Amino acid sequence: MRIGVVTFPGSLDDRDAQRAVRLAGGEPVALWHGSHDLDGVEAIILPGGFSYGDYLRAGAIASLSPIMTEVVDAANKGMPVLGICNGFQMLAEARLIPGAHTRNAHQQFIRRDQRLRVENAATDWTTGFTQGQEITIPLKNADGRFIADDETIKRIEGEGQVAFRYVGVNPNGSFDDIAGVSNERGNVVGLMPHPEHATEPGFGPDTPAAMSSGVDGLTFFTSVIQKALVK
Amino acid sequence: MTDTELTKAPGSHIPDTVANAAATPDREQPYGALGLKEDEYLQIREILGRRPTSGELAMYSVMWSEHCSYKSSKMYLRQFGQKVNDEMKKNLMVGMGENAGVVDVGGGWAVTFKGESHNHPSYIEPFQGAATGVGGIVRDIISMGARPVAVLDQLRFGAFDAPDTERVVHGVVSGISFYANCLGLPNIGGETIFDPVYQGNPLVNVTSVGVLRHEDLHLANAKGAGNKVVLFGARTGGDGIGGASILASDTFSSGGPTKRPAVQVGDPFAEKVLIECCLELFRDELVEGIQDLGAAGISCATSELASNGDGGMFIELDKVLLRDPTLTAEEILMSESQERMMAVVRPDKLDAFLAVVRKWDVETSVLGEVTDTGRLVINWHGEEIVNVEPRTVAVDGPVYERPVAYPSWIDELQGDSAAGLPRPEEGDDVRGQFLRLLSSPNLADKSWITNQYDTYVLGNTALSFPDDGGMIRVDEESGLGFAIATDANGRYCQLDPAQGARLALAEAYRNVAVTGATPVAVTDCLNFGSPENPEVMWQFSQTVEALSDACLEMEIPVTGGNVSFYNQTGTQPIHPTPVVGVLGVIDDVAQRIPSGWQDEGDNLYLLGTTSLELDGSAWAGTIHEHLGGRPPRVSLAGEKQLAALLRAGASESLIGSAHDLSDGGLGQALAEAVLRFGVGARVWLDEIVERDGVDVATALFSESTGRVIVSVPREDDVKFRGLCEGRGYPVARIGVTDKESASLEVQGVFTVGLEELRAAHRGTLPARFGATIAE
Repeated sequence: MRIGVVTFPGSLDDRDAQRAVRLAGGEPVALWHGSHDLDGVEAIILPGGFSYGDYLRAGAIASLSPIMTEVVDAANKGMPVLGICNGFQMLAEARLIPGAHTRNAHQQFIRRDQRLRVENAATDWTTGFTQGQEITIPLKNADGRFIADDETIKRIEGEGQVAFRYVGVNPNGSFDDIAGVSNERGNVVGLMPHPEHATEPGFGPDTPAAMSSGVDGLTFFTSVIQKALVK
Repeated sequence: MTDTELTKAPGSHIPDTVANAAATPDREQPYGALGLKEDEYLQIREILGRRPTSGELAMYSVMWSEHCSYKSSKMYLRQFGQKVNDEMKKNLMVGMGENAGVVDVGGGWAVTFKGESHNHPSYIEPFQGAATGVGGIVRDIISMGARPVAVLDQLRFGAFDAPDTERVVHGVVSGISFYANCLGLPNIGGETIFDPVYQGNPLVNVTSVGVLRHEDLHLANAKGAGNKVVLFGARTGGDGIGGASILASDTFSSGGPTKRPAVQVGDPFAEKVLIECCLELFRDELVEGIQDLGAAGISCATSELASNGDGGMFIELDKVLLRDPTLTAEEILMSESQERMMAVVRPDKLDAFLAVVRKWDVETSVLGEVTDTGRLVINWHGEEIVNVEPRTVAVDGPVYERPVAYPSWIDELQGDSAAGLPRPEEGDDVRGQFLRLLSSPNLADKSWITNQYDTYVLGNTALSFPDDGGMIRVDEESGLGFAIATDANGRYCQLDPAQGARLALAEAYRNVAVTGATPVAVTDCLNFGSPENPEVMWQFSQTVEALSDACLEMEIPVTGGNVSFYNQTGTQPIHPTPVVGVLGVIDDVAQRIPSGWQDEGDNLYLLGTTSLELDGSAWAGTIHEHLGGRPPRVSLAGEKQLAALLRAGASESLIGSAHDLSDGGLGQALAEAVLRFGVGARVWLDEIVERDGVDVATALFSESTGRVIVSVPREDDVKFRGLCEGRGYPVARIGVTDKESASLEVQGVFTVGLEELRAAHRGTLPARFGATIAE
C-alpha cells in the first residue's frame, strides 16, 4: 500500500513517519506541501513538527498549503488521513476534524511516554486495536491542549469521535482528557502523541519487559494497510 | 549614545571610504569603545599603512576580539595539535581549526561534533541567549556538509535558592527546548550544576553532533576566481552587533551601559529550512563551500572564506538584504543576526543554486565574487570602504603571552582536606546523609529540565537521559552508531586545574565506555575567568597542558573546541570549568547498555577499588559546605583497561546494565540504577570495606575513579567473572537485584523503599521551579 507523508517547511517527524510505514509493510511516498500532486497514494499522513514555525497558530499556515486542497478533497471522498501532533493541528485548522488546540495548560513543552485508551477501535487507523485497549505512545508538544465548545464536545463524545483519551495523567489540560479525535466517517484521525515513535524495538518507549521496546504505535499503520487489503 | 553609534562616521550615514581614511590620517577613532586596546589599534594602522576606515575598524575589532581570535589561548591550544601520535590520526578526517572536527566511524560514515559556549548572552537574555547558542553550533555542523542529528547541553547556574537563579533557569531551559525541538534535533545528554560561583555568570554550553558520508565532507573556503559569493538565509538586522567583542570578551560590571542589543534573536524555523536547503545544495553539488555566519557575522565569513581560499574577494555590501534599512555599513559588517550562511558558487551553477534556495523560500543575494588579488575589498554604494589583506583580519591577529601566576590561595585550599570532616557511623546517620545527597540540587533528578527536550525525533535515539551517555544510530542497515558524554567538575578544577582536567576526560571517557561504545575523539569547551588575571591564566595553562597530555596518553585526539574567557563578575572568576566531550563508536546500537537494571536476580558487581577520596566531593559540599584538599587520583591506563573490559562484556552481551560512579559515589550510583527502571536491590559492603580498608561512609560517598557498577544475569556470571580475572581488573560482588523488595537495602546499614527513594530524588527541582507532569 502506498502511503503519502507530506513534508511542509518545518516538518520534523516526516522521515520517522515514512520509516513507520515501511516497518508496517507499506510503501512510504514523500509528498511536498507546495505541490497539488498526491502521486496516487491510498492514504496520507500529516507528520509532526513546527510547520512555518508555528507562526500565527500551530498548523494554521500549513493548512493553507497547495497540497492541502487535495488532502481535504481526498479525505472528503474517504481516503484515510492521519494527522500526528502538528498534523492534528493542521486537520483542525482545515476543519477536517472538530476542535482546536492551544498552549499546554502548564505553558511548557513536554515530552513523555503517555498512556492512552483506545476509545474507538473502528476508525481506519485503529481497527487493529481492541475497544478500550490501553497503549503507550510518546508525546511531545507545546501546543497540545485540545479544546472545543460544549456542544462540540457533547457531539463528538456522543458520536464516538473521541478516538483516544489520556490515561494516568492529562499532560496538557485537554478537555475531557481527549488525546485524539476522528471525523464522523472515521477515515480522518488526528492525535497529539506520536505513534510513529513506537514502531521499532529499541527506539520506542520503555515497557515492563525491556528498555525502549514499546511498539504500540505500529498498529496505527498496520490497521490502515489491513483495511486496504480487505477492501 | 549606544556602543554601536560610535562606529558611524561622524555626523551622517556617509561611509568612511578608503580614500577618506588616507586623506584624514588624524581623525580620532573609537577603538576603545569597540573593545580594541591602543597597541592593537596602532598595529592595525601599521598593517594598513594608514588609519583604518570605520568599516575596517569594525571588522578588526570583532575579529581580533578574544572570542574570535583566541589571542590569549592560542599559544596554549597548539598543544592539542602537537601532542598526537599515529593511532590518534588514524580515524581523524578533519582536526582542529575547521568549523568542527570530523571522525571516520567506519562503513563510509563520518561523525562531526563540537561544543560551544553562549555564556554571556544567556545571563543578559537567558531565553534568546541559550536558543541562539543552539543555533550557532548547529550551523557549524551543517557547514561541514553533515546532517545535524543530536544536541547536548551543559548548564551551570548560580545558587539553587538564589532569587535570580529561577529567571535564568526558566529562560535557558525553555530557550534550548524551543530552538532544538523546533529544529527536530533530539537532546540526548548533558549536565546541570548549581553553584554560587556561577551566579553572575551562568554557563550555557551546547554540543552538537552531525553525521555524513565520507564523500559529502566539505570545507569552507573561497577558491576559484570568478566564483560567486552568495549570502542566504535570514535578513540582516541590528541584533547582536558586537556580540563577540563587547559582550563575550569582557567582564560584566555594574553601572555600565546595557548590553542587551548585543544579544542575537533566534528563529529556529528559519534555521530548520536552512538545514534542509544546505543539505540539498551539498547533495546536488551546487556549492564549492558554505560558511556559517556566527560571531562577527559578515566580517568573519568574508575574511575567513578568503583566508582559507585563494585570498581575494570583492563584496558589494549594499546588496545585503536588510531587516532594518537604516543600518549603516559598519553595523552590517558587525551584525550577528542568526540563521545566515555564505556560499561560494560557480557561475555556471548559480541558476541551479538559486532554484534550490527558492524552493525552500530562503532569501538570497549575490554579494560579489572570489578574486585573485589577495585583498578583501568591500564596496558600499560604489565606494570602497574596506581594502585589507584577509589573513590580517582572520588569521594573523594578535597573540598574547599573558602573565601567569601561581594562585596565592591554592596551597591553603589544598591543605584543607575533607578527610578530617566527621563521617557518620550509625546506620540512621548514613541513611540521612545518603538521602540528603540524593535530593541535593546537583544530584537530584533533572527530568524537570529534560522532559522539556525532545529525545524521540529522527527515530534513532538508542540512549539518552538519564543514562550516562547519549547514543544515536547512524546506519539503519548495520546498526552502527555513536555515543557521546560530556563532563566537568568545577570544584575539582578549583582545587587542582590539571587534575580536574584529567578527571573530566576520565569521566566522559568512562561514561561513553559504560554504554558499550569505544571512545575515539574529544571536543572541549573551556570556560574560565578573565585572562587578564594571571591566576586565571595559570589555571588555563594547567588545564590545557594536562588535558592535551591526558588525551595523548589515552590516544584519543581533540578535534576541536571553544574557549570562553571573562566569565566573572567583578574580580571573582568562576571555577575553571573545562567541559570535555568524548565521542565513542559502537558497531551495533542493539548492544548498548543502560545505566540501571530491569531484571530480577541479576548479580551486582563493583569494578575498581575505593579509597578515602572525599576532597571536593558532593558529600563534602552538601553535608559540610566544604571545598578543600586534593581531588581524587586517576589512572588513565586503568580507565582504558576498564573501557576495554566493558566493551568485551557488551559485545558478548554479558552485561545487563553499567553505571559510572562519580559525583556522590557508590550510594548515588546505586540509587540511580535502582530508579532507572524502578527495580530494587540488596547490597552488601563487607567485601569493599575489608578489601579496600575503608569505612562504610567512605565506601558509599567517596569519589574514587575507575569504578563502575554492573549488573550481570545469573547465567552469564561465570563468563563475566572470568573476563574480569583474565583482564586483572579489581571486581567485587556487592549485591543482587530484587524486584519483590521494592527497595534499596544496604545490608546492616539502611533500607530505603522505592517510593521514598523516588520522592527524594525527583522532588527537588519541581519544588523550586514548578510541578512536572507525572503520574
